[in-house]
Amino acid sequence: MLTIAVASGKGGTGKTTVTANLAVWLASQNVDVAALDCDVEEPNLHLFLRPVWTKTTPENVPVPEVDEERCLGEECRKCVDLCRFKSLIMMAGSVMVFPELCHGCGLCTLACPARAIREGAREIGVVRTGATAGADSARIPVVGGEMRIGEAMAPPLILAVKRTAPASAVRLIDCPPGTSCPVIASLGGADLAVLVTEPTPFGLHDLELAVGVLRKMDIPFGVVINRDGMGDDRTHRYLEREGIPLLGTLPHSAEAAHCYSEGRLHVDALPGFREAYASIWENIRTLAAREVSR
Amino acid sequence: MKELVVISGKGGTGKTTVTAALAALAGHKVMADCDVDAADLHLVLAPENRTATEFYSGQVAVIDPERCIRCGECATNCRYEAIDADFTVHKEHCEGCGVCAYVCPTDAAGMIERMCGHWYSSETRFGKMIHAHLGIGEENSGKLVTTVRKEARKAAEEVGAELIITDGPPGVGCPVIASLGGTDLALAVAEPTLSALHDLKRVHKLTRHFQVPMMAVVNKADINPLLTEEIRNWCTESGVEIAGVLPYDQIVTDAQIHGLSVVEHDPDGFGQHMRSVWDKVSRKLFA
Ligand code: SF4
Ligand code: SF4
Repeated sequence: MLTIAVASGKGGTGKTTVTANLAVWLASQNVDVAALDCDVEEPNLHLFLRPVWTKTTPENVPVPEVDEERCLGEECRKCVDLCRFKSLIMMAGSVMVFPELCHGCGLCTLACPARAIREGAREIGVVRTGATAGADSARIPVVGGEMRIGEAMAPPLILAVKRTAPASAVRLIDCPPGTSCPVIASLGGADLAVLVTEPTPFGLHDLELAVGVLRKMDIPFGVVINRDGMGDDRTHRYLEREGIPLLGTLPHSAEAAHCYSEGRLHVDALPGFREAYASIWENIRTLAAREVSR
Repeated sequence: MKELVVISGKGGTGKTTVTAALAALAGHKVMADCDVDAADLHLVLAPENRTATEFYSGQVAVIDPERCIRCGECATNCRYEAIDADFTVHKEHCEGCGVCAYVCPTDAAGMIERMCGHWYSSETRFGKMIHAHLGIGEENSGKLVTTVRKEARKAAEEVGAELIITDGPPGVGCPVIASLGGTDLALAVAEPTLSALHDLKRVHKLTRHFQVPMMAVVNKADINPLLTEEIRNWCTESGVEIAGVLPYDQIVTDAQIHGLSVVEHDPDGFGQHMRSVWDKVSRKLFA
């Protein structure tokens, strides 16, 4: 299995469009491909792939439940004092749990001398699985997570999405934006990453942040420049200077923007995009081959 | 003193472009960049003479190899797979919970304060600016946002500014929540795409929760006039005042390339659009 993470330092660069279009193009070439939406805070891969969801599974993280009968109360306080996330407090002699603050680390359960704590479950969101409609050979399995609003624990849900995804020859992961834990969780285990950027100063700056993440994680990567022609050539020059492979460019056009705004796929609707994705895929394969022999 | 925060349901809608334009138009103010995950405002405002302060939040485990007897207790009990077979802590996976330190029989595992990034206080051609940078793989962006806001407020008091303009984080997660509470007005920037209305509704829910009045700007409106209309209608129905409907214009990217706000780069064209946005926003703010 070749796992390809599609990432960008920031939202709005076209990461999701590239994931969706590449997936559909690969399926049309009879490549066995699955698409994963790991942007669990704001999933929108499904807006482009329009899968029929067939299964929705709640994802839980552990959270302590205190047995008042057993708890030693004010005299002990061990769990309360040890929890670094202030998710337990002592109130009128009994332990109160604030589940939203709990990281599910298990320290309180481990430390309780009276065995008064057992671990229950708190739902952080759901994992949905399904497939795109379409002819059998072109059906793409899609897996995505959706976090409960107000929930802060994205990484466990992201890992659940990856666990749930079916085995396939190629796995495309639509990563969340940014450089913090959710991206790290999404990138973990990827064979290579495709960074999507725009050729503008903002785009370049965000790209540099994403490059920092991938270098730190030691994952090979290349870059796709989206909306090429809208800005200047400093992104091209940056890639040359840094020796980063340019996997391909997608042209900047009003039609492409309009098409995107309606959630339609470029490879289906516009001329030239199929060829662009074909060449991107060729370059991804070359990069992957080079890395395997490294 | 008033606090205006510019937000967007998702990234790439032009939030920073709008913030920079308002910074160029407003009078005596302090700027704050709360998009600490991927700050861009400095690319336009070119901050100078900055002072950098380390930002600490939470803890991270360290293992002293001298004391470690390689018993494996820490790695077995760690739920985040943050400790590898060599008993090295992987900072990006460590949650700082302290389980390893608790179970370690030789006290080889311990906890230290976690340096998550920096915040800066700088001068720009439009006044003082407070901004920050979060380290790779660090999570506590909510707390860093809170720090940036607190420092911006301090700076505004020092210089006697009547306004703080904040470039908010994208999305509806924890950083946005940290940037909204207690502000006077939220200006949401949306582009007319299929997901925009959905995102706009989500940020609207958040602003209502914090009882912060919200206005909206539709950016790149001509990408899809139909959706622009839909956003307009929803705004009218929901009592969200529209501060402006901006066209798609290459000049916006040109301004970025020149490191200028659109108001400086194109004062008569796009600058005029922004002036009218600022009129509406300031009227609401200082009403
Ligand atoms: S599991 Fe960890 S975070 Fe949750 S309450 Fe117990 S000690 Fe605190
Ligand atoms: S550690 Fe156990 S006994 Fe002690 S206060 Fe907590 S729940 Fe009660």
